[in-house]
Amino acid sequence: MAWNVTITTVIISVMLILIRLLYVLHQTGKPLKTRGLARGPRSTLIILGSGGHTAEMLNLLSVLQKDRFSPRFYIAAATDNMSLQKARLFEETEDKMEETSRSQFMQIYRSREVGQSYITSVLTTIIAVVHALLLMLRIRPQVILCNGPGTCVPLCVIAFLFKAVGIRWSSVFYVESIARVQRLSLSGLLLYKLRIADQFFVQWPQLQRKYPRAHYVGCLM
Amino acid sequence: MGDSEVTVKSKKTVFVTVGTTCFDALVKVVDTQEVKEELSRRGYNELLIQMGRGSYIPQSNVIGEGMINLMGRDSKGGDESIAVDYFTFSSSIADHLRAASLVISHAGSGSIFETLRLGKPLIVVTLKQIISDVKVESLIPYHPGDATPVAKLINRFLGFSED
Repeated sequence: MAWNVTITTVIISVMLILIRLLYVLHQTGKPLKTRGLARGPRSTLIILGSGGHTAEMLNLLSVLQKDRFSPRFYIAAATDNMSLQKARLFEETEDKMEETSRSQFMQIYRSREVGQSYITSVLTTIIAVVHALLLMLRIRPQVILCNGPGTCVPLCVIAFLFKAVGIRWSSVFYVESIARVQRLSLSGLLLYKLRIADQFFVQWPQLQRKYPRAHYVGCLM
Repeated sequence: MGDSEVTVKSKKTVFVTVGTTCFDALVKVVDTQEVKEELSRRGYNELLIQMGRGSYIPQSNVIGEGMINLMGRDSKGGDESIAVDYFTFSSSIADHLRAASLVISHAGSGSIFETLRLGKPLIVVTLKQIISDVKVESLIPYHPGDATPVAKLINRFLGFSED
């Protein structure tokens, strides 16, 4: 008798989890206004890649209204010293007429460096995931802006889990790099196929034809 | 600072950039006597190399604020009149691109599009091993882009007004 109850409980909870996941997947990609959130600034997580990725991201930020996307949290790989410096410079020049900036800048461990052995990368991946989880619990962003490379995938997956669990509903925007003309990058492909990105932008029409859920509204650069 | 020096004097600068990569082969080539002589023949009088993670150190003949080391020039014995300087990284690559008359790039999308936007002559040298991975896949006639349509869609999605 008790055995039956346990089995039923397990089955019901698995079903409930599945229903919740399907609901979250269904809601992902739907515009936010139906959810009745208050109009106000949205805490925004900006994931910086490196080099060209960072340049493209800052280019997008320069046309977004700063008062709507605030406070802003910047995350870059711990091995990438330049990106956060560029973001600081960007915030300082943007902030001249505004009150003191509430922006924060953080570094995140990467799961694997180029050329690192696979055995040690198991450990570093665990560390990176835990670190990503801690950062995300602290930030709990409402908006995530990312454009690859790899660093953004674990953060976006955690954001999806936060949606499912009910910690925070966030909107993920992914902009594929202008360097991607024929094929998506691995990060882009994952976020597209897993339907984690609410809106997915590509910068070349031939990519949009291959990936119809993506948006193409011209190059950003 | 070195930056202001560049803009004050009427310099013709060649700016070589490898971004965050390690591209010693490119730095080595532009540092050869042949290339420097050719650049100087074409009227360039300064060669500035951003060497990134590379380990090859170019032969700088510049001391302090853009001064040419006469000793260095004499020891080479040539009629070389091109000042060579280098650095590893800078947070203001855009300033260097703006100050340059010619850009030689490692095919990183950032430096390519920034240079094209500035309308400066550009030479792209690809690092074959990583080209399939993260570099520009193909080069197509360039028209400056605009990020505002994407910003509009993001605003609309979040329920903000679109302007």
